Amino acid sequence: MLVKDRAQTGRIGEDLAAEHLERQGYQIIDRNWRCSLGELDIVAFAGGLTVAVEVKTRRSARFGPPLEAITEEKLARLRLLAVEWMRAHDRRGRIRLDAIGIELKPEGRARIQHVEAMS
Amino acid sequence: MTIGRATSIALHGLEGTLVPVEADVLQGLPKVHMVGMPDASVRQSQHRTWSAMRHSGFTPPETKVVINLTPASLPKAGSHFDLAIAIALLRASRVVPEEESESTVCIGELGLDGRLRPSRGVLPMVLAAQRCGIARVVVPSANVPEAELVDDVSVIGAASLAHAASALGADIAPYPVEAIRFDEVEEAESQRLDMVDVLGNEAAIAALELAAAGRHHMIMVGPPGAGKTMLAARLPTILPELTTEQALEAASVRSLTSERPSDRLDLSPPFESPHHSSTAASLIGGGSAGQIRPGAAVRAGHGVLFLDEAPEFPRSVLDMLRQPIESGEVVIHRARGVARFPASFQLVMAANPCPCGKLGNGDCTCSSRERMSYFSRLSGPLMDRIDLQVRVSRLSSVSRSAAQPSATSNEIRARVLEARARASHRLCDTPWRAMGEVSGTWLRKTHPLAQGETKAIDTALERGLITMRGYDRILRMAWTTADLDSAPAPTSAHLARSLAFRKALQ
Repeated sequence: MLVKDRAQTGRIGEDLAAEHLERQGYQIIDRNWRCSLGELDIVAFAGGLTVAVEVKTRRSARFGPPLEAITEEKLARLRLLAVEWMRAHDRRGRIRLDAIGIELKPEGRARIQHVEAMS
Repeated sequence: MTIGRATSIALHGLEGTLVPVEADVLQGLPKVHMVGMPDASVRQSQHRTWSAMRHSGFTPPETKVVINLTPASLPKAGSHFDLAIAIALLRASRVVPEEESESTVCIGELGLDGRLRPSRGVLPMVLAAQRCGIARVVVPSANVPEAELVDDVSVIGAASLAHAASALGADIAPYPVEAIRFDEVEEAESQRLDMVDVLGNEAAIAALELAAAGRHHMIMVGPPGAGKTMLAARLPTILPELTTEQALEAASVRSLTSERPSDRLDLSPPFESPHHSSTAASLIGGGSAGQIRPGAAVRAGHGVLFLDEAPEFPRSVLDMLRQPIESGEVVIHRARGVARFPASFQLVMAANPCPCGKLGNGDCTCSSRERMSYFSRLSGPLMDRIDLQVRVSRLSSVSRSAAQPSATSNEIRARVLEARARASHRLCDTPWRAMGEVSGTWLRKTHPLAQGETKAIDTALERGLITMRGYDRILRMAWTTADLDSAPAPTSAHLARSLAFRKALQ
């Protein structure tokens, strides 16, 4: 697979995830926020709570469910990133860490799995 | 999602404990938490189970899963928990309906393709399930014959996970698959041994008959080629058949140790002859915690443990036998647990008269020191347990032509059975089954002999020629001799014969 295709898969997945969140009543406040630590895919706001969302997209289940790709190490980095985002935006309170797994199906549909408050 | 449940069995020695398995499918990143003291083979079950589910047409959970093997404090070992774990997961996702009363035990290791692989120790597991009141077991197809030896438990054989799920009520049509069988093992052509094969050696055959009748432990001393091994190998042919319970126990041990478990009950008493290079672990049993394997002494349970060249065994190894001889069981302690195995064997030892084996023929090359140290390896406490000490001599050509063929094994066994019947009548209210097992104190107290009859051994005791323990042994042997003679109680003649067997080595 070309590097371009891979980036595109990720982009499609993130769009789908954002749509899904909006349908669920989340308000998207930031996307692809970068700092020296890395990137936060989506930051949203719902019910007085800030939520950072990591999106993982796969084109098929052949290599297992997409969320399997989130390792302990990655999770630790996401936690730091979330805190960093709060500081950069001068927000107080708690921030929740969610994950959305997206499996793209050939017929253009997608399977979305939303895990709230992964720990 | 709810919690799914299934039940399996953990084995410690031959004893089994029910292990209810719980599977909880939770929100969270995909990860499996296996709790309840699993060992490496149980922890790796996760990978086998997930693959097996995928290849059986099921969807394994893609979120956080907690699998709990209870009771949490009991260490679990073995790959046979796979099936219970998979069924618990399928019940959590409602693919397999929940069982109202937990009355089915699942046993089996899963292959990645979803087929069930045969497990070791299925017979003792099913026996344990039966004792816990379990009505139904699911086992791999290859283990069905041994599982069916157990009464009152209905056995479901499954070739694959899909077959097992379907048998437990899942609404699926499993693909037919070829069940995994045990590797074909060449069965050793079991020769029909018979006492009639033995030429001469009448005294030794008489001693074997005595040993069989009273379950007395025995040692034979004689030069190489005297036929000690031949005689010992024929002892099982004159022993009574095993009871169903004993045969099940023997088959359970085989199920744990052998490449191929028994598919029918074998009633002939086992015969084990470990080599003298055996270690303590191979003689008694050993291995790491959870997977403790029984040794030759356990495999010889209810049968004969034959130690050829007994003085060549390391003394420390021989002394390991004292505990099972005393208590009838082997107890193996490890940091994480204790395994108990029944080991009520009859010990038969063979020894050369000296290290070179030529003593008595005039051309022995051993020094007197070597000769002394040879038998000193058989420690006092061990020899104290050996009631029968017999000299076996080589057959010369003259006596060979004159030798009468011995009685057949069946004839001797008939006499042995009669003697055993008399003994068991006498022992009906005791824990003992044969005269070789009874305690001397009990024998002297409940069955005293007339003073006139015991005069010879009383004198020997007074003079310090025999110890009190030796006195008791002679008494036990005399009772067996009397049983074989259909006499109500031993007479002085019976006592004199037993005394002769005691003195054979001096």
